[in-house]
Amino acid sequence: MSMILGMLPSILMIVAPILITAIGGMICEKAGVVNIALEGLMAIGACTAAAAHVLMEASGMNHSLSLFLALAMGFVTGGLFSLVHAVAAINLNADQTISGTGINLLSSGVTIFASQILFNSDRTREFRMGMQTDALGIYPTAYIALVVVLLSWFVLYKLPVGMHLRACGEHPGAAESVGINVKKMRYWAVFTSGVLAGLAGGCVVLTQTIQYTSNTINGRGFIALAAVSFGRWTPLGVTGAALLFGTAQAFAIIANNIPALKVLPTEVFNILPYMVTLAALVLFSGKNYAPSAAGKPYEKGAS
Amino acid sequence: MKAERKRLSESDGATSVLVVLMGFLVGTILVALVGKNPLNMYKALFQALSGYNIDNGRMNVRYIAETLNYSVPFILCGLSMGFANRVGLFNIGGEGQYIMGLTLAQTVALLGPQIPVLHWVLAILAAIIIGALWGGVVGILKAKYEVSEVVSTIMLNYVALYLSRIICLQLPGATTYKTANFPKTALIENTFFQAITHNSLLNNGIFMMIVAVIIYWFIMEKTSLGYGMRATGFNKDAARASGIPVVRSISISMAISGAFAGLAGGIVALGSFKYGRVLAGMDNYGFDGIAVALVGNCTALGTTLAGLLFGLLKNAQALMQGKQIPKEITFIIQGLIVIFIALRSALKLYQEYLDKRQLQKEVGVK
Repeated sequence: MSMILGMLPSILMIVAPILITAIGGMICEKAGVVNIALEGLMAIGACTAAAAHVLMEASGMNHSLSLFLALAMGFVTGGLFSLVHAVAAINLNADQTISGTGINLLSSGVTIFASQILFNSDRTREFRMGMQTDALGIYPTAYIALVVVLLSWFVLYKLPVGMHLRACGEHPGAAESVGINVKKMRYWAVFTSGVLAGLAGGCVVLTQTIQYTSNTINGRGFIALAAVSFGRWTPLGVTGAALLFGTAQAFAIIANNIPALKVLPTEVFNILPYMVTLAALVLFSGKNYAPSAAGKPYEKGAS
Repeated sequence: MKAERKRLSESDGATSVLVVLMGFLVGTILVALVGKNPLNMYKALFQALSGYNIDNGRMNVRYIAETLNYSVPFILCGLSMGFANRVGLFNIGGEGQYIMGLTLAQTVALLGPQIPVLHWVLAILAAIIIGALWGGVVGILKAKYEVSEVVSTIMLNYVALYLSRIICLQLPGATTYKTANFPKTALIENTFFQAITHNSLLNNGIFMMIVAVIIYWFIMEKTSLGYGMRATGFNKDAARASGIPVVRSISISMAISGAFAGLAGGIVALGSFKYGRVLAGMDNYGFDGIAVALVGNCTALGTTLAGLLFGLLKNAQALMQGKQIPKEITFIIQGLIVIFIALRSALKLYQEYLDKRQLQKEVGVK
């Protein structure tokens, strides 16, 4: 038990960005748009935050202010890039998987291209100091994630706008008929998933590494995507799924210090979260919990 | 009817060309915006395409051969994606199937019987079979348990990556990044190609790729298997009603889809390297295969041409870097191309709008 408590700070460090991204993905799917660009949007947010923090740090800015602004910039750029997906999916009725894949491919180019231009290297320059833990050894990102989860629950289930958003994902035709602007609602949902993924990317880079490289995000966005389905599209479920994945990942790092587990290659623990997801998806198959209109373009007037 | 279909297929090809041109256009503008000379980018591309170096007037056929060699996995992964796409599935798992193919080919190369020809044939077969299994699982998960293939393939990609590391770290002579050298009998090198192309890496894999393209074309266009798959892709319920076994159709097509990607892994393992690699990350051929198939409209010819384009871009990367153009511009162009493909549906909306206007006009006149 004390071992798990000891692991808690690193688990939270790993879980926070995955959870923030997954909540965004959940909101997006609740409104009827599937966003597989989460991975790419995280990368863009991470690169922006890392680059911004390095440059502001070098200019001698106050450390906390610099961190805050870096996160904010990741937040904004994530949102801006997600608008590409929004236009494609909402206005042009494009295949949402294709436009998401496009953003993922684009982000792997754009982030490193930007690093090449800014720092003449295939990664951003290292910053001296990232985020600091509090007295309990916990990074502020964990609290950000908590706020995001609570806020998403409150908005989705306690405010009228949340119910409208969910209606757009379940039955857009019915939503439109009672005067809800489906397209506008979906725009906000996609944008929210973009800003949250961007913010989460910043959280990854400012807590877990010292620079952005092409390997920084390394599938976290895809894990978040899986957490959405595994968590059955509810804030609580998604939180549980993210915690499970995060624990499995943290285990990969911590197992190195446990003699009994050291005999196993670390890769065994790396595989865990993905195997768990697959197993869970198979075990809980049968009833479909996904919003029924998720992934389908909505055309006004078409039945 | 026939004429109309022809017009449609032609316009599909034309759209692809347009989409590629737009990708290059935006990429060019971006290069110019950051203060680099876009001409250098095109010089690099021209050299990778023709072997001719505009700056010093030297010709080296090696560049052409390397472009061809890079195209092989792109084309195969494109076929993989295209095959699944015809059944209405989105196979993001090409990467995992590719990695498994690569891993098994490496394993057989290092542990298999060192008998000429038989050795590499076994290694390539192992790659194809494991690719098919890795893809087939997705089909079964989808058909039987209704697990979204997008999520399950992504998960299997990472399982494949780490599984590959576990396996390769156990192979003879394994360090953290490579294994012992392959025995000569496992290699698929082609000494004739090496002699005429200044020791390029072009190998017998290109013949396997050509056979794969022909098989793809044949299954898709000439067999009832392909017909059933396409019917399933168009309308699952109608296919079921007309007696096509949907579950089997989905599983088999995912397996064939995976076989193409597995073959790609086998060819890269035995053709482009002399030793086994312990992968630290993904090679991304599987992911880029998605773009290749989309650009090629999932046809045999289109996918081949798109794969050649991607091979060209990849081969030009090093040349660009030498001319102070960040090589990542090629990734940006690829990403832009896929985004423009997604936006392609705008053309359809525009056409509908025009038709509607036309109709309104006619009615108004009457």
